[in-house]
Amino acid sequence: MAQAQAAATSVTLTVNGESKTLDVAPWETLLDVLRERLHLTGAKKGCDQGQCGACTVLVDGRRVNSCLQLAVMRDGCEITTIEGLGEPASLHAMQAAFVKHDAFQCGYCTPGQICSAVGMIREGHAETAEEIRELMSGNLCRCGAYTNIVEAIEEVLAERNAPKLEAAE
Amino acid sequence: MNRFSYLRASSVSEAVAAVAGDPAARFIAGGTNLVDLMKYDVEKPGRLVDITRLPLNAIEETADGGLKIGALVPNSDLAYDQRVRRDYPLLSSAILAGASAQLRNAATTGGNLLQRTRCYYFYDVATPCNKREPGSGCSAIGGATRIHAILGASDSCIATHPSDMCVALAALEAVVHVQGPKGDRTIPIADFHRLPGDTPETDNTLEHGEMVTAVELPAPRFGAHHTYLKLRDRLSYAFALVSIAAAVELDGDVIGEVRVALGGVAHKPWRDADAEGALKGALPSSSAFADFADRLLSGAKGQGENDFKVELAKRAIVRALGQAAAGTPQVQSVKQVN
Ligand SMILES: Cc1cc2nc3c(=O)[nH]c(=O)nc-3n(C[C@H](O)[C@H](O)[C@H](O)COP(=O)(O)OP(=O)(O)OC[C@H]3O[C@@H](n4cnc5c(N)ncnc54)[C@H](O)[C@@H]3O)c2cc1C
Ligand code: SF4
Ligand code: FES
Ligand code: FES
Repeated sequence: MAQAQAAATSVTLTVNGESKTLDVAPWETLLDVLRERLHLTGAKKGCDQGQCGACTVLVDGRRVNSCLQLAVMRDGCEITTIEGLGEPASLHAMQAAFVKHDAFQCGYCTPGQICSAVGMIREGHAETAEEIRELMSGNLCRCGAYTNIVEAIEEVLAERNAPKLEAAE
Repeated sequence: MNRFSYLRASSVSEAVAAVAGDPAARFIAGGTNLVDLMKYDVEKPGRLVDITRLPLNAIEETADGGLKIGALVPNSDLAYDQRVRRDYPLLSSAILAGASAQLRNAATTGGNLLQRTRCYYFYDVATPCNKREPGSGCSAIGGATRIHAILGASDSCIATHPSDMCVALAALEAVVHVQGPKGDRTIPIADFHRLPGDTPETDNTLEHGEMVTAVELPAPRFGAHHTYLKLRDRLSYAFALVSIAAAVELDGDVIGEVRVALGGVAHKPWRDADAEGALKGALPSSSAFADFADRLLSGAKGQGENDFKVELAKRAIVRALGQAAAGTPQVQSVKQVN
């Protein structure tokens, strides 16, 4: 059945594994709902126009710019933000690699970079540094930490590929 | 963003009826263009009709050996589809040259066709723009025109269509399937987008309420003899200044069928069938390609700041045809142009 609403409508999002039901207005973006309503301030608002990638989160496992998503349209989806990837005591491999390689300076772009890198590895189209650079181009870093970002991602990719290579031998 | 009502459509006919019956209603798919424009108050729909739950996300083989791509297939899924990579690598490459991986995950085939110009003045509601507000004037003429048209422009509008995907679709002679309040129809890609003339507010030949349901590709040809060459102000995640989709059939040593579509230079992907025909039978060489480029750009006119695009386009065409003829297409992660 179709539903038409002018005002708030109830949506259910699974955010970092937890089911959240809340009323959203049709014009609320997923980024604003995550930050302002669910207080998950990891995803950042850099440009609010799809031009920087700071707001990148995973929706049903795919990386997207949450600033251009209307929350009402994502009813029923699974959302993973940087908070859901890992915690200080149990970092995700990508978070640990960013720390190890000093892949940030101010840190503003970092949650988006890490979510994007995790999404990219899942997509499975990046092998070389050139391909990583191209497929990470949707994440800008004003501090210019790109060299170290690529190194961090290369390390995680290599770790992921290592068992595969051994298995092939 | 303005306030609007929201309808999640459960069938194509319901979506079509909801938009057709309300001049202020718009379809929304990936939202990557529409939501952006709404934030600038360029688009102020009274109602959004969400089509993303409709069953239009399959890529199917057609009876005549082509592919039918559902309007909701995400740009990334289309670019990485095994059949598309094998049989239509030009399309895959053009899509991967556009936007970013995140945007391609959200953007849809239908939405990409219908994305609007990136003209700075179109986005800036403080400046006159005939496309945004018919009759108000064109601020780009005599202004900042780096990204503007050199072909097919008018005194009313010099905007370009920004899509990369559509440039490849033009070269591949795709057909757009549409469902509207008056029924179904198909539109060849060449007739889908239009030139601005004195009605630049109209980007294409769809009527209000008509929905793109699919894009059909004819049976594949050209094999490895293709390329998508995109030149822009930075090496990735930027719109084209000039882009070339080229595909060549070789008939022994000489050129058979040729297709060249240009992006970033006009209000629609630009092709010239006469120029393509004249290249038939020639030996592939830089001079033959340069003659072709001269002919294709013969009506080109810069707007001042973008005068350079005429020469840039010519040189890019020579490179692109060279790559296509040699069967060495540009790889989008490789930034050097050979
Ligand atoms: C920062 C940035 C950089 C970009 N760079 C590039 C680039 O380099 N190259 C490039 O090609 N593109 C680029 N894009 C544009 C991107 O490709 C488009 O935004 C996207 O393809 C639009 O698809 P969508 O599904 O999100 O459309 P939406 O935003 O949902 O819709 C766009 C328009 O299409 C209409 N619509 C959608 N689906 C249908 C349908 N089935 N039938 C009828 N009408 C429909 C909507 O009503 C709306 O008017 C960029 C975008 C951004 C934000
Ligand atoms: S070029 Fe077209 S879109 Fe740009 S300001 Fe002029 S009328 Fe508007
Ligand atoms: S805040 Fe979403 S891309 Fe910049
Ligand atoms: S670390 Fe400062 S913007 Fe990337």
